[in-house]
Parts: sequence; C-alpha cells; structure tokens
Amino acid sequence: MGTPSVLWNIAKKCFTVGVITLTVSDLFASIVQVRGTSMCPTFNPKTNSLLDSLSEDRVLVEKLCLRNYKLAHGDVVVFSSPNNHKEKHVKRIVGLPGDWVRTIYDVVHVPEGHCWVEGDNSASSLDSRSFGPVPLGLVKGRITHILWPPHRVGSVDRKSPQNRVCAS
Amino acid sequence: MENHGREAMARASISFACYTSPMPTYYRPTMSVLGPSMLPTLSITGDVVLVERLSHRLGKLGSGDLVRVRSPLDPNKTLTKRVVAMEGDKVPKGHVWIQGDNLYVSRDSRHFGPLPYGLIEGKVFMGVSNAKSIVSGFVHRMS
Repeated sequence: MGTPSVLWNIAKKCFTVGVITLTVSDLFASIVQVRGTSMCPTFNPKTNSLLDSLSEDRVLVEKLCLRNYKLAHGDVVVFSSPNNHKEKHVKRIVGLPGDWVRTIYDVVHVPEGHCWVEGDNSASSLDSRSFGPVPLGLVKGRITHILWPPHRVGSVDRKSPQNRVCAS
Repeated sequence: MENHGREAMARASISFACYTSPMPTYYRPTMSVLGPSMLPTLSITGDVVLVERLSHRLGKLGSGDLVRVRSPLDPNKTLTKRVVAMEGDKVPKGHVWIQGDNLYVSRDSRHFGPLPYGLIEGKVFMGVSNAKSIVSGFVHRMS
C-alpha cells in the first residue's frame, strides 16, 4: 500500500512536468548548444581546434516567431537541414522571399516561402551558397540571446547584410 | 485528502491545457479538413483526416503513404498529399516526391520540386467521411 502509491505519485508528477516542459520548449523557447565555427565571431569565437563541450556557446531559441513566420533580415535562425532532416544548422537570414541575393558569381532570386541563409564566417560555412534557399517551414526557431559562457551573455543582434540584397 | 484532490485537478488541467494547445506538436494526432486535390480519395465535403505525428520521425514512411506537410511555398499552409517516391535515383537525398491524387488541380512536387523530409508533419492514418453529419458518419481506414 505504501510504496506503490508513492511511486505512482512520483510517476504522475513526472508525467505532468514532462508534458509542461515539452509544451514550453515547443511553443515558447528552448536552449540549444551551438557547435562549429561557421558563425564566428557571433558564436564560438575561439577558433581553437579543441572546442570541448563545456566551452561551446549555449543560446536561447525562441519559437514565438514561428506563429506567422515573421522573420527579418539579419535574424539568426535554427533550421533543419534540407538534405538531412535530423541535422539542425544555425545561420543568419540574408534573404527573404522575393529578394535577389548577390553571391560571388551570380544574383540569386529567393523563391516564395524560402529564405537565403549564410554563416557569419563565410570561409567555413556550409549554407545557402551550397544547398540553395531553405524553405521557411524548416526554420525551427530564432536565436535571441547567448546564455553561456558567462562573459559573453547578452542578446544576439540583428545584423543586416550590406550591399548583398536587392529587395523586391 | 482535499489537497490531494485539488492537486490532482491542477495536474489534470495543466496536462489537458498542454495537450490541447493550438500549435501542432509531435505527440498529438490532429484533425483537419481538405481541398479538392486529393479526390476521389478524400472528398472536399466534410472529410476529416486524423494525422499521427510519430511515424515520420521513426522513419516508417514509405511511398504510397498519405502525409501532411508544410507547404514549401508558404510556411503558414499545410498540404495533404501522397508520397509517390522516397529518396533514390530520381529524388535527392533527404527529400521525397509528393503528388495529390487529383492530378488536374493538385499543386505538388510537379510544381515545386522534391520536398525536404523535414517539412513532413505527420502521416494520415484515418479518415472520417461526412464528419458534419453525425448520424450517417462512418469511419474508414486509409490504405
């Protein structure tokens, strides 16, 4: 009589907490670890080869922007890779639907429902220059703040690209 | 004892609120109504489909399945189409080819190209015909 009901109570509490956590992280915000140097110097500015797990930036990803997909030029977003839905990437939006984006050799039109993303560190970034415009439906959230490491805590600014975009 | 009851009520109402929250999440099947692009399989007058959101995450999706996807042309819209081909020779890696059953009016991969797998939101597993009419409604399985 004693132990089973205690376990059942704990199970019920865990279930409730689980449901609340899932809902909050899906609808409002979650915390994500940023790997790699494609967004240097915005994230992971130390380009040492041994980026161990503790020194990687942790950021706050807000999901409220997904209600109407109201995204702006210069927003840093998390999106599922078009070539592998299990991978997520972090890049900055350079072009929105209808824009003409200037790349090195070409001027590319961003089709409706898509966006053009690029990493801040152009030299080592796999982005829309390789896999093309990304459907907005793959965007999973917008990064608003850095939460770790403590000396770099702060908001992530919207940096509009200069001379790269001719809006429609 | 009273506290117990209140606590249980609070827990139940929080869980219910989370479960029925308006945004689609991955653990909850949803119902929706459709346009003419899937005739004659799914009709426009009162058919409602139940979409489960687990199969595509577990990789259990194959050609012939009816899926609900987020439109690549407008992220605020969702489409219900059939998976005609999975990745392979003609379809690039990480993508699927979708088509509506009513080819004349359907806007699908023939217009916007292969669809990234990440845009798939769920698989249709059941349809309810004449959902509005409670008396004559019946449930049929989607093959």
